[in-house]
Amino acid sequence: MSAPKREPTKLVPVPSTNKIPERDIGRSPVLECRHLGIDFGGLTAVKDFDMAIGRTEIAGLIGPNGAGKTTVFNLLTKVYQPTRGTILLDGVDTHNMNTAQVNMAGIARTFQNIRLFDNLSVEDNVKLGLHNYIDYGMWSGIFRLPSYWKAEKAAHNQAMELLSIFHMEDMANAKAGSLPYGAQRRLEILRALATGPKLLLLDEPAAGMNPSETAELMENIVKIRDQFQIAVLLIEHDMSLVMGICEGICVLDFGQIIAKGTPEEIQNDPAVIKAYLGGRKE
Amino acid sequence: MKKLRLNKTSRTNFLTYGMVVVLFVVLQIMSGGGMLSSTMKGQLVPICAYVVMALSLNLTVGVLGELSLGHAGFMSVGAFAGAVTAAALQNAIPSGGLRLAVAMIIGALFAAVAGVLIGIPVLRLRGDYLAIVTLAFGEIIKSIINNLYIGMDAGGLHASLINNTIVLEEGGRMILSGPMGIPGITKISTFTAGFILIMLSLVIIFNLVNSRAGRAIMALRDNRIAAESVGINVTQYKMMAFVTSAALAGAAGTLFAMGQNTIIASKFDFNQSILILVFVVLGGQGRMWGSIIAAAALTILPELLRGFADYRMLVYAIVLILVMLATNNPTLSGFFSRLFGRFRKPQKGDAAR
Repeated sequence: MSAPKREPTKLVPVPSTNKIPERDIGRSPVLECRHLGIDFGGLTAVKDFDMAIGRTEIAGLIGPNGAGKTTVFNLLTKVYQPTRGTILLDGVDTHNMNTAQVNMAGIARTFQNIRLFDNLSVEDNVKLGLHNYIDYGMWSGIFRLPSYWKAEKAAHNQAMELLSIFHMEDMANAKAGSLPYGAQRRLEILRALATGPKLLLLDEPAAGMNPSETAELMENIVKIRDQFQIAVLLIEHDMSLVMGICEGICVLDFGQIIAKGTPEEIQNDPAVIKAYLGGRKE
Repeated sequence: MKKLRLNKTSRTNFLTYGMVVVLFVVLQIMSGGGMLSSTMKGQLVPICAYVVMALSLNLTVGVLGELSLGHAGFMSVGAFAGAVTAAALQNAIPSGGLRLAVAMIIGALFAAVAGVLIGIPVLRLRGDYLAIVTLAFGEIIKSIINNLYIGMDAGGLHASLINNTIVLEEGGRMILSGPMGIPGITKISTFTAGFILIMLSLVIIFNLVNSRAGRAIMALRDNRIAAESVGINVTQYKMMAFVTSAALAGAAGTLFAMGQNTIIASKFDFNQSILILVFVVLGGQGRMWGSIIAAAALTILPELLRGFADYRMLVYAIVLILVMLATNNPTLSGFFSRLFGRFRKPQKGDAAR
């Protein structure tokens, strides 16, 4: 028997040449993806996704509809298991983690189609974000031991403090499902923030908002970043928001990165203009 | 902030406790004053058992949001484990109340173990699939107990499956003999014991629901993907709700068994599971006071309908249909809410979109 034919091994660069803001260079990137990809059957939805995000960076992920932006979020949070590539979260490989474990490791997200706990109160929604910080067991809960009262009181105060970021304290007892649309989006951000993330993923946070609401949201995203010293990665179609607050932008088309850079670089990139407006046939 | 703050949930909970206490006192006075017929008196313990069954199933169906069609299986495990325990301890613990309490704890433990064993495969499934697999497990439990023989002699308990091959020493006796079940049970269940079990179940369910664990369980029901995204361990909390529900059903099973002369495994079949589910759906999912009223009313109803003789089950079905239609009628519920002057927030359905 002859030895099986071997394909020559292709060597790929590690660590990456990805760029992060200069002020974050003192610490390793909070997130680093290399060659991340997923196939659904024969379809390659995302291919060779490389990205690094600095500790306090606000990064943007844009691209035409169906480009695979939300799929990237689902890969990062392990809703889908990647077919290829690595994700390093704060230097830790998330390969064997599930969605809940990735959250505990430091990634929190919001959803494009809002996913709140509709039948629970606004306060309980935030408290669910705090779930892994509330420290008492099932039996203390059932028998109402002192640890229950102490931990619940602390959680209540913490939840109220978080709600005050968006001035939502007076809605605390309302059902989450009964809130107006904009308030639901804000509550989802607060719930994600309550889990104490290092990286916050926002999937179209400004969808359905009018220009003045969007402007307020932009201020709030920057405020959250400054206050909690976390990184933010957002998917957004509203270019005023993306170009206004994002420091590094990544453009995705047909599952592949076609451009990366600062807002100015992206705005003048011919490949991006072609992807959005359609190119002339050669 | 120091003041005792009562939100809507805790108000409903206290009203539920109050309702149970009032009903207990009224029925106790009525039965003491000879105002209850002997058949009604005989129904008091089964009513309590079914109320606890409905409450425990409501934890799975209403709070966890998973449909279980095998709940009678846990009742069966609790009934037989409890009845065997009580029979075995007949001489060791002369006090009926204490023996019942021990039997209930053993019954609940056995049902909880069954809950864990069934939960491991079942809770990986969702929706209809989960429901059908629980149905299958309910039938498996029935078949196992139908073939279980347990005898006791000076050497302790002896158990055997499939065939009755138990050889007992002199003075020993069979407790459980397969399809014949457990005959000649010393009735030690009382209405008071049933009342205590209902109150205990309510405390456990309400306190569980209004705690960290309960929030996680309800979060899973409302949106599983979002729950995972905030770091909630899906399997752990599904299991917690399912096993608590099974344990309460086991205690209810013991209560039920110790109020009967004889119990046989085929009593706890699919029909029984469906009947309990009917209590939950009729009373409202996640609404504990609804389950209590529905379980009590539907357990008494067949007795009240004895006058209809052969048409009893037909009338029962018609009453059930009418009540279901009436409780789900927005006009009627609106009328009642106006009648009681309670402020109700607009429902999700009638809010302008």
